[in-house]
Amino acid sequence: MDAFILQLLNGLDKGGAYALIALGLTLVFGTLGVVNFAHGALFMLGAFCAVTLQKILTLSQKVKDESITFFDAYKEQPYLEIWFGETGTTIIEWSVPLSLLLAVPVMLTIGLAMERGLIQFFYKRTHAQQILVTFGLAIVVQEIIKSFYGANPIPMPAPPLLSGTAPIGEFLGIGDVVAYPWWRLIYLLFSFLIIGAVFLFLKYTTYGMVVRAGMQDRATVELLGINVERRFTIVFGIAAVVAGLAGVMYTPIVPPDYHMGMDFLVLSFVVVVVGGMGSLPGAVLAGFMLGILQSFASTNEVKNIFPGIDQIIIYLVAMIVLLTRPRGLLGKKGMMES
Amino acid sequence: MKKQQYTRRELLKGGGAMAGALAMPSFFVRDAWAAEFRNNPTKSGKVVFGFNVPQTGAYADEGADELRAYKLAIKHINGEGDGGMINTMKPLSLKGNGVNGQKVSFVTGDTQTKADAARASAKRMIEKDGVIMFSGGSSSGVAIAVQSLAQEMGVVFMCGLTHSNDTTGKDKRRYGFRHFFNTHMSGAALGPVLEQMGNDRRAYHLTADYTWGWSQEGSIKDVSEGLGWDTVSAVRTPLGAGDFSQYITPVLDSGADVLILNHYGKDMVNSLTQAVQFGLRDKQVNGRPFEIVVPLYSRLMAQGAGKNIKGIYGTTNWNWSLKDEGSQAFVKSFGQEYGFPPSQAAHTCYVQAVLYANACQEVGTFYPPEVIKQLEGFKFDGMGNGPTEYRADDHQCFKDVLVVRGNENPTSQFDLLEVVEVVPRKQVEYKASIFGGELGPYEV
Amino acid sequence: MLLSSRSELRTLLIFAAVVLMMPIWLLPLGAAYPDLLQKFAIFGIFVIGYNLFFGLTGYLSFGHATFLGVGSYAAVWCFKLLTVNVLPAIVFGILVSGFFAAVIGFICLRRSGIYFSILTLALAQMCYSLAYSVLTPITNGETSLQMEAHDARLLDSWIAPHVGDGLPITHLFGIPMSGYPGFYFCAVILIISFWFSIRIFNSPFGLQLRAIKSNQERMQYSGYNTRIYLFSAFLISGMYAGLAGSLMAAIDPLAGAERMQWTASGEVVLMTILGGVGTLIGPMLGVGVIKYFENIFSSYNHDALLESFSFLPQPLAEALTFVVSPFVGEGWHLTLGILFMLVVIFLPGGIMEGVDRIRARFSRHKQPQQTEQTT
Repeated sequence: MDAFILQLLNGLDKGGAYALIALGLTLVFGTLGVVNFAHGALFMLGAFCAVTLQKILTLSQKVKDESITFFDAYKEQPYLEIWFGETGTTIIEWSVPLSLLLAVPVMLTIGLAMERGLIQFFYKRTHAQQILVTFGLAIVVQEIIKSFYGANPIPMPAPPLLSGTAPIGEFLGIGDVVAYPWWRLIYLLFSFLIIGAVFLFLKYTTYGMVVRAGMQDRATVELLGINVERRFTIVFGIAAVVAGLAGVMYTPIVPPDYHMGMDFLVLSFVVVVVGGMGSLPGAVLAGFMLGILQSFASTNEVKNIFPGIDQIIIYLVAMIVLLTRPRGLLGKKGMMES
Repeated sequence: MKKQQYTRRELLKGGGAMAGALAMPSFFVRDAWAAEFRNNPTKSGKVVFGFNVPQTGAYADEGADELRAYKLAIKHINGEGDGGMINTMKPLSLKGNGVNGQKVSFVTGDTQTKADAARASAKRMIEKDGVIMFSGGSSSGVAIAVQSLAQEMGVVFMCGLTHSNDTTGKDKRRYGFRHFFNTHMSGAALGPVLEQMGNDRRAYHLTADYTWGWSQEGSIKDVSEGLGWDTVSAVRTPLGAGDFSQYITPVLDSGADVLILNHYGKDMVNSLTQAVQFGLRDKQVNGRPFEIVVPLYSRLMAQGAGKNIKGIYGTTNWNWSLKDEGSQAFVKSFGQEYGFPPSQAAHTCYVQAVLYANACQEVGTFYPPEVIKQLEGFKFDGMGNGPTEYRADDHQCFKDVLVVRGNENPTSQFDLLEVVEVVPRKQVEYKASIFGGELGPYEV
Repeated sequence: MLLSSRSELRTLLIFAAVVLMMPIWLLPLGAAYPDLLQKFAIFGIFVIGYNLFFGLTGYLSFGHATFLGVGSYAAVWCFKLLTVNVLPAIVFGILVSGFFAAVIGFICLRRSGIYFSILTLALAQMCYSLAYSVLTPITNGETSLQMEAHDARLLDSWIAPHVGDGLPITHLFGIPMSGYPGFYFCAVILIISFWFSIRIFNSPFGLQLRAIKSNQERMQYSGYNTRIYLFSAFLISGMYAGLAGSLMAAIDPLAGAERMQWTASGEVVLMTILGGVGTLIGPMLGVGVIKYFENIFSSYNHDALLESFSFLPQPLAEALTFVVSPFVGEGWHLTLGILFMLVVIFLPGGIMEGVDRIRARFSRHKQPQQTEQTT
């Protein structure tokens, strides 16, 4: 029972991450019809918003270690700590949540710039050309980040208050074995919030309704005299922000490096397609489903029966879903089928 | 290439003439068939070393550090700079004027940490740039693939960072040499540290699911089970899993009180970060503190995992904080050149380049079989690891191994690992025969 | 669109001449050494096969590297068990990868569009993951499958046992497959493969595949069973990949799982699009560019750059080195990324469109010329 709860939490957590990345990707597919291979790069850029803020906050006074003569070794104390004492320390410790504030405007700007500067010229091009140009862009972005921050992962601790484990077992009254990191619980909550917000936005605002209508039948909406393209640009911006925020929040779980977007790229496409092209609920459902299945497939009990199953489970499930349901879980007919 | 033709002749039989005709354009490759052996520097008038390191991908930073060390080594061999460990190496044949009277130059290439790319890059060095020796690398898979190429092409390969037993075990080659230590030595060196944790510990392994991981798991198991420990479970994790939570939660209630992370690079950074996140480092099991052990440490991994490494044990080949004469000389010239201390990868690469150059100088030729014979069984000192021997049976260096621990109280940004113990060479030695494998012929 | 057989012959002859003369005309570019020439030829075969499927039908397969890898594994096993003569290994490699292509094609072609792409990707990633870890007894996992001294080599030991304590060298009836002979062998096979692909492009079969690309439903209404055509094309291109894979093993007897990773599949997609999808020559230009970047651009370090600019005055050479060095050596990925973007932004049809435009400009006064390529 304990193990089951823990693996379920692991799965939900993974699923949250998958769903958040897939959400933006499928939004861009559905509205703009663009296969965006640079979506992973947006996730990575979000994470590096957090890295950058941390670097700024921890700008330090360097006290030279005199015992070392061959090069400059320093004992570093951040200026924030020197100037503000404990308050400064607390600000530094909370740099990851704080970077959410930075990431929203930065990612929105990047998203809009990317759409206006590049993507808009590729609406009418073939998918192959979209893939090549966005893949090229992803490499360029990646290499620029690498030249600033190196290839090594960068540790991004969660605030101490949130870096311990939550005694979930005690909450539920099933003993004290079941404990789960606070940060991962927050990540899960966060993914629910963002997914909910995007859904509410699309469902209940006029803006969102127009976007949805545009996804269904762009020509008709344009005939009504509505500038669909402008709205779709904003949608791209939103997708970039969602990916970026997911990236920020993910940093305490997996220390970010310049390649993390590429690592997620294939997976996020699988999630989107399993969910069904252009279906937002499908992407979310597929994200959580694959996350949970992956967690349970990695348990020793399962691995003893099917060795190596944890390495292929996602692809196996994707295959089974696509073979039994032609357009994924909740896909629409005719979307990206030719 | 007379010698090469000779052995090939047995195999070519009647096809030789045809092969000759087809091989015509090889006259474009300067001196290829005129020389006595491939890329003979005396004929071509240049001594070129090839440095084949990861420049893209996850190990790019490690590769960059290796390259820095190689450049330094070339300087010192050519008699520029302050000489570094050439001043402390004993016995020394190099005279600070290059090798055998010729200045050494170098070319570089990107392995991408992929066997195919590494071999392609090495072949470019051999076929186009005419290297007499090549070196480098950050993974065992690559080292083994490239080492067998070295044997086929008859060009010596001095391994960079490779830790699997297979490199000088099952897959050893006459033309490949490894200065770095291996998983067996890591296990043996960790023995006393594990013993201090108690004799009735219960270990849980998370192992990267490829040959190096298995090799590391096996070596630690041998030692820990020898101490009377129980192995609760050994779970294989996919390479590059990113999030290891689904493998870590089963540890929590498994009854284990030691977690061994047989991961390297990014995998180790992630699994350690997450294990600490799940509260394993601060956990108490059966009234004793829960312990995490990372058999192979590197500085870059320590940097990536940040504060999570505090108090975590592991082994390394070398560390810049060592106080012996050789280490100091190396840290000094590296630090003055680049402004920060060298990593263990940089150290092993520097030593490899110097050792090869020294062997050529000693025998007075670049002819590979002679150089190989000189390196086999070569005993030296003053290179940072105490008295060291290149064992002739498997081309593995034997030297002291460092047991390190993540520093609780670093005095500077580089002070990440503290050396807990220098495990003497005889404690980590083993018989070459236990891993099998064959070195192969001197002449190819 | 249809070429007369005479112009086909002309194209083929020019192609053959250009390929066989690569060791000469690539010399000034620093690419004339056996390994890179072999890679050009082998990836040329791979990409020709890929283009036969993707270029003609428009189906984007993201798993073709699987067939390359399987071909390599099959060939190395053939070297280990049977003989180091490359001919049986190549045949075996093609057959085994053909089998894989048949199975994967049968499964994946039940869907179209992106659903097809993701199915191929999923199957390919499963093959890769298993080859890397669980199937290590067959594939030797991370360490790559290699020949060993104690291999059986039944046929060889029966006919002429290997003497000496080194490993035997792969050969074609006595011609060693390393170095230039290996290149010429691959080049000849490339030319044959190219000829075969022209035949397919210009055959009714090729036309039917193109019809599927432009309007599959209409084809179906006209009574064609499109899936059979798609399946055949997939099978052929899978066998091309297997041929390329076994050739890779032939010139360098080693097979690693990385050859099957999604990045490797992605690479062949990029090569094809970069060069020009659906054109005969384009994809091979893509191969040339990407492999050249990977092998030559990556090798320029600071010193090498300085040396190549040494004809300039010292300060100028240093300034130029400073400007260029972020784009070569460890920065070769960056240049490749920029190139991808530039090509697809300005030349939607890939490099081939650029070649066509240049030719159109030069031949404004003349009659339109037939296809030929020089880069």
